[in-house]
Amino acid sequence: MTDTFNHEPVIRVRDLKKVYRMGTLEVYALRGIDLEIQPGEIIAIMGPSGSGKSTLMNMIGCLDSPSSGEYYLDGQLVSDLVDDELAAVRNKKIGFVFQNYNLLPRANALQNVELPLRYSDEKTSLRERSASALDKVGLADRMTHKPMELSGGQQQRVAIARAIVNEPAIILADEPTGNLDSKSGQEIMELLLSLNARNGTTLVIVTHDPGVAAQAQRIVHLKDGLVHREENGL
Amino acid sequence: MKLLQALKEAVSSISGNRTRSFLTILGIVIGVGAVISLMAIGQGAQQTITGQIESIGTNVIYLMEGNMSEDVTNPRDLTLLDVKALENRNRAPNIEAVSPVLNANIAVKYGRESENTSVVGSNTAYQKIMNLEIAEGAFFSDSEVNSNASVAVIGPELAQRLLGRTTNVVGTSLRINGQPFRVVGVTVAKGGSQFNNPDLNVYLPITSMQMRVQRGNSAGRVQFIIVQARSSESMDAAIAETNTIMRTSHRLSPRQANDFTISKQDDFLSIASAITNVFTIFLSGIAAISLLVGGIGIMNIMLVSVSERTQEIGLRKALGARKADIKLQFLTESAMLSLLGGVLGIGLGWLLSSAFGIIAEQTGTPLVPIIGIGSVLLATLFSAAIGIFFGLYPASRAANLEPVEALRHE
Ligand SMILES: Nc1ncnc2c1ncn2[C@@H]1O[C@H](COP(=O)(O)OP(=O)(O)OP(=O)(O)O)[C@@H](O)[C@H]1O
Ligand SMILES: [Mg+2]
Repeated sequence: MTDTFNHEPVIRVRDLKKVYRMGTLEVYALRGIDLEIQPGEIIAIMGPSGSGKSTLMNMIGCLDSPSSGEYYLDGQLVSDLVDDELAAVRNKKIGFVFQNYNLLPRANALQNVELPLRYSDEKTSLRERSASALDKVGLADRMTHKPMELSGGQQQRVAIARAIVNEPAIILADEPTGNLDSKSGQEIMELLLSLNARNGTTLVIVTHDPGVAAQAQRIVHLKDGLVHREENGL
Repeated sequence: MKLLQALKEAVSSISGNRTRSFLTILGIVIGVGAVISLMAIGQGAQQTITGQIESIGTNVIYLMEGNMSEDVTNPRDLTLLDVKALENRNRAPNIEAVSPVLNANIAVKYGRESENTSVVGSNTAYQKIMNLEIAEGAFFSDSEVNSNASVAVIGPELAQRLLGRTTNVVGTSLRINGQPFRVVGVTVAKGGSQFNNPDLNVYLPITSMQMRVQRGNSAGRVQFIIVQARSSESMDAAIAETNTIMRTSHRLSPRQANDFTISKQDDFLSIASAITNVFTIFLSGIAAISLLVGGIGIMNIMLVSVSERTQEIGLRKALGARKADIKLQFLTESAMLSLLGGVLGIGLGWLLSSAFGIIAEQTGTPLVPIIGIGSVLLATLFSAAIGIFFGLYPASRAANLEPVEALRHE
């Protein structure tokens, strides 16, 4: 396992549980997850549908709070934070990439990429930073296009530019290639890997595709809300 | 900076959904439009009423029969004897002039032309009190009053309607109530309404009016008496003198209440303003209701908009938007919608009151609607406030959405 003496993990999850209560029915989405992720690591999370992958990602992304257990992000206990602090954490430390891209349809590529910067404290040179992020994902010539005028792969690139514009430590991607054909999917994977190689951004990628998972350094398999098995990729 | 951003987003959201935005604010548009135009008409009416009251001479006291506030049995008529008594300079040093008035709306005929109009019987002082200027001929004289002469002074508009001309009128003979009257003077055009247009009036000596026109009237009776004080300072003294003289003239014992009523111009003005105030309160009520309905419409659409944009809200939260950011975004949008409705409503109100003004002008109604800067400001502020008030609930609903739930929403 990883050497915890040399590296402070960027993500440390201890006995994390999530229970959804629907009336009298209780759904155990996570039953006690232990997971450590080092800075700069590339992790793939796999598992059957309903195994809790998205639920775990939402916890890591500070979008949802666990029913019990501890989650340390950069050494900070997340359950200590209030709503606005969580918003700031999401804004600065985490970049989200969704399966369905989640772009604002009325805004063009540049405006979509700008969005996280508008919610950040530092609001200087929004345009330049967004343009440079779009440049990094290879869409310098599509800045003023609206999402509807872009292909699925291009839309996902805009979403990635939006995820990296604030230079986060972690990118969380929940099935980023799920809606794409294998060629565009592979291009997206290569883009994410290059961001990791260039900036050391930690990548956590949920996928059903073994080909995608194989490009990670470590594959975490979930089953019924528990870590079922881990294996090394690459 | 943050507000500027919120404003930009609100503009884009409102203009991105034009039809719906327009339908949303229609309630506000109509409400504000109604308020603006009704207020303009109300203010115009007030100005007309006070203008007409003020045009009836200055420093004027009205003397009417009867007593509204105290129970008086058999009040005496006001007669020319009362006028005589008030004209006594020794007893009433503060009174400048006294005029009896006997008024009727009757047909005035010339050949086959006939015009129903206001025929006023009075004395020579009336000309001065009412500021009647003569364009042709002269006002009737004291001796014509004393001899109940069959003479008449007419307005130029009436001359035009009956004779087809406004000059060379003196000397023509008109028939009033079957009696012939010779025109001795034509007044200068003053302009006025269909209902109260001095240019359509006929002025007769009070005695001729009593004997030849209003024969059913009991002998010597007049409808009311106009008393003009020497100056505004002598108003109170003139009122006191009028009171004393009238009590003597009507032979009232000290225990008897006045069987007449004295009113000042100010009293009429305050009655008029009381009436227009009631009108204004009534309008404000209608305004409040229509704006309330408009505000509820905005709240309704904002709630729809929040639920439609749940996923967008979730995304914004995931990207770092705080509660306050989301709240500001939706509040700005509803305030801007409502303000837009207010501005369009002011435009609509302006259109409506202009149209009303044109119609009034064409029908000869003396009413010019006045859009006050006050009502425009009020409408603007009020509609923005409504947007904020009715946007609060949808905005805080949006702000309190859980990020995951919102993101998952389809
Ligand atoms: N809001 C919720 N309310 C109730 N149950 C939920 C909720 N969200 C998730 N669950 C349940 O939690 C379990 C895990 O769901 P999750 O979305 O994490 O699965 P997943 O591994 O991402 O599946 P998939 O591969 O289909 O995306 C499922 O049984 C799901 O029904
Ligand atoms: Mg999932």
